[in-house]
Amino acid sequence: MFKRLLTAAAVGSLMCASAGAMAQSINGAGATFPYPVYSKWADAYQNETDIGLNYQAIGSGGGIQQISARTVTFGASDAPLKPEELKKNTLVQWPQITGGVVPVVHVEGVDKGGLKLDGKTLADIYQGKIKKWNDKAIAQLNEGVDLPSTNITPVYRAEGSGTNFLFTHYLAQVSDEFKTNIGEGKSVAWPSGVGAKANAGVASQVGQINGAIGYVEYAYAVENDLNVVSMKNKAGKFVTPNIESFKAAAGNADWKDAEGMYLVLTNQPGEGSWPIVGASFILMHTDVKDAEAAKRALAFFDWAYENGDDAATELNYVPIPSNVAELVREQVWSQIKADGKAVWDK
Amino acid sequence: MSTPEYPSNMPLGADQHRLRALGRNHRLDLAFQGTTFVFAMLVLVTLFAIIASLAVAGYSTFATFGFDFFTLNRWSANQEIFGALPAIYGTLVSSAIAILIAAPISIGIAVFLTEKCPSKLRQPLATTVELLAGVPSIIYGMWGVQVLAPFLQRYFPSVLPAGTGLFTAGLILAIMIIPFITSVTRDVLMTVPKATRESAYGVGATTWEVTRSILLPSVKGGVVGAIILGLGRALGETMAVTFVIGNNLFFAPTLFGQGTSIAALIANQFPEADGAQRSALLALGLVLFLITLLVLTAARLMLRKMDRAHG
Repeated sequence: MFKRLLTAAAVGSLMCASAGAMAQSINGAGATFPYPVYSKWADAYQNETDIGLNYQAIGSGGGIQQISARTVTFGASDAPLKPEELKKNTLVQWPQITGGVVPVVHVEGVDKGGLKLDGKTLADIYQGKIKKWNDKAIAQLNEGVDLPSTNITPVYRAEGSGTNFLFTHYLAQVSDEFKTNIGEGKSVAWPSGVGAKANAGVASQVGQINGAIGYVEYAYAVENDLNVVSMKNKAGKFVTPNIESFKAAAGNADWKDAEGMYLVLTNQPGEGSWPIVGASFILMHTDVKDAEAAKRALAFFDWAYENGDDAATELNYVPIPSNVAELVREQVWSQIKADGKAVWDK
Repeated sequence: MSTPEYPSNMPLGADQHRLRALGRNHRLDLAFQGTTFVFAMLVLVTLFAIIASLAVAGYSTFATFGFDFFTLNRWSANQEIFGALPAIYGTLVSSAIAILIAAPISIGIAVFLTEKCPSKLRQPLATTVELLAGVPSIIYGMWGVQVLAPFLQRYFPSVLPAGTGLFTAGLILAIMIIPFITSVTRDVLMTVPKATRESAYGVGATTWEVTRSILLPSVKGGVVGAIILGLGRALGETMAVTFVIGNNLFFAPTLFGQGTSIAALIANQFPEADGAQRSALLALGLVLFLITLLVLTAARLMLRKMDRAHG
C-alpha cells in the first residue's frame, strides 16, 4: 500500500501540475484505501476522453470535510455516512468499489493458510483475553494443527483508517463485549498489542514478531505473501480470503433496502462470503452549484462502472456488480440536481 | 530629541549640513529600530495567535471533560472518551529516558572533543556529530522500526517482546538530541579561558579533576541550557517517535511497554479526525505547548538561580 501510495502520490502531483493547463478536470478528495484503483481508472479515462481526475487522497475524514465545504466536486469515504448525516449536509453517497480486509499471522510452526479463527476468538485476541496461541479457544477451531505456546502479539493500525473501521465494525458485530468495551470506528483504543503505521507497518511488524497477528487490506497480503487466516463466516463455514469470497459477500449485500446506501458489508450471509468486506463510497451534493463539473464527475464514475472492472480486479479490489450500478444511477444520481434539474440523464 | 553635539572647531557653514545629516541618521535609526521591533513582535503575535486558536478550537473538549481530560486512562476516539493521560505520560517518560541517556554521553563527547581529542581527529568528529543532527527524523523513524526495534527484540526478548515501545522511543530520541547537547556543550567549554585550564594543570590536577572541578562548574549554566534545548526537541519530536513508540492509547505505567506520545497521537489521528475528536486533538496540542513552555520556564528559573549562586 505504501509503495502504491507513493506512486499514486507522484501521479497525483503530476496531475496537479498539469491541471492548470487542462481545460477540463474532475476534483475530488478523500479516502486513501481506493486511491490506487481511482488513479488507475483516471489514467485510462484521461487517455480516452482527455478529462483528468484530480484526486487528493487525504483520508475519509478530510474527504467528508471538503465535500461539505464544497471545495471539491466529490468526496470519498471508506465509512458510509448515516442517512441523517447525509440529509443534514444535503449529500448523497454510493458505493464505487469494494475490498476486503484479512487477518494475517506469524506463528512459527503454523503453515501458510493453516490457521482458522472465528469472529469471537479474534475479538478476544484483540482484547488481550486470549494470550497464547495454544489457548483452548484457538485449539478447538484448529484440530490437527500443532499450536505452539507462543505469546500472542496483536498488531493494529495506529492511525485513523478505513481498514480499522471495517475490522472493528466486524468485531463489534460478533462480540458484544468488544462492542461495549472498544466499539467500532476509524480510531479505537486497543487494550493490548502494538500499533503500526499503515498496511506496510502492520505487515512488517507481523513479519518481525513471532506470535503476531495483524490485519491488512487483501491486496497487501497478496503482494507480500503473508500467512492469511481462514475465518468462520455468518453461515458457520470456514472461508479463505480471495476475490471470490469477497464477491460472494458483496453479492449478498442488500443495497436496495439500504436507506441512503448506508451499508457496511461485514458479516454478510451466504456460505461462501468472506466476513470482513467493505465498500468505499463517493459523496456528492444533491444541490450542486456547478452542473457541468458534477456532470463530468458522474460521467467518470459511470465510465468506471462500465469499464473499470478489469483494472479493479487486477489490483485485488472487487468491482460493484452491474445491477447495483444500475440502482445507483436510478436512485442516487437522479437526486443530484442543479437549479431543480437532474444533472445526470442517460 | 537632544541637541546633537559637534566639535567646536567645525566651520560655521557646516553646521546646517551636519545637523541635517545627524537628523537623517536619527530618523534612519528610528526606522531601523521600528522595523526590528516589528519583527520581534511578529514572533510574539504568532505565538499568542497559535495559543489562542488552539485554546478556542479545544475549548469544547475542556468544557466537556474538565479535569477528566488529564486523568482518563484512554484515548478512545470512537467512544468519544478523550483522556490525555497516556499521551502525557508517554511524552514525559520517553523524553526523560532520552535525556538520561543523551546528557552524560553528550557531555562526555564534548569534554573529549575539547580536552583530549588529537587535533587531527577533532574536526572530523565534531562534524560527524553535527551531521547526526541533519538526519531527517523520518529516517530515524524508519531505521528505528526496521533495524533498532528488531535488534532489541532479538537480544532482549524478555524486556522488549515487540521491540517497540516507550524505551525504544527514548533511545531513538536520545540519538536525535545528542548532537544538539554536544555542540552547545562544546561551544561553552571552549569559552573557558586557556589560563584557567593551564593553571589547573599547572598545580598538578588530573584531566578528571580539571573537568569536574574547573570546567563543568564554570559552564554549568550553558550545559543545563544545552540539555534543555535537547529536552525541548525530544518533547515535540513526532515522526520518529510515531514509528517506534507502539501507539497504544491505553494508560499503562510502564517503561518498556507500548505507549504513545502527544505528538505521535496527533500525527496519527488528525488526518481522519472531525468534530469532537478534532477539538480534543487540538486541546492536546495546547497541552503539549504548555508542557514545553513549562519546561523552558523551569529551565530559565534554574539558570537564573545558578547564576545567582555562582556570582
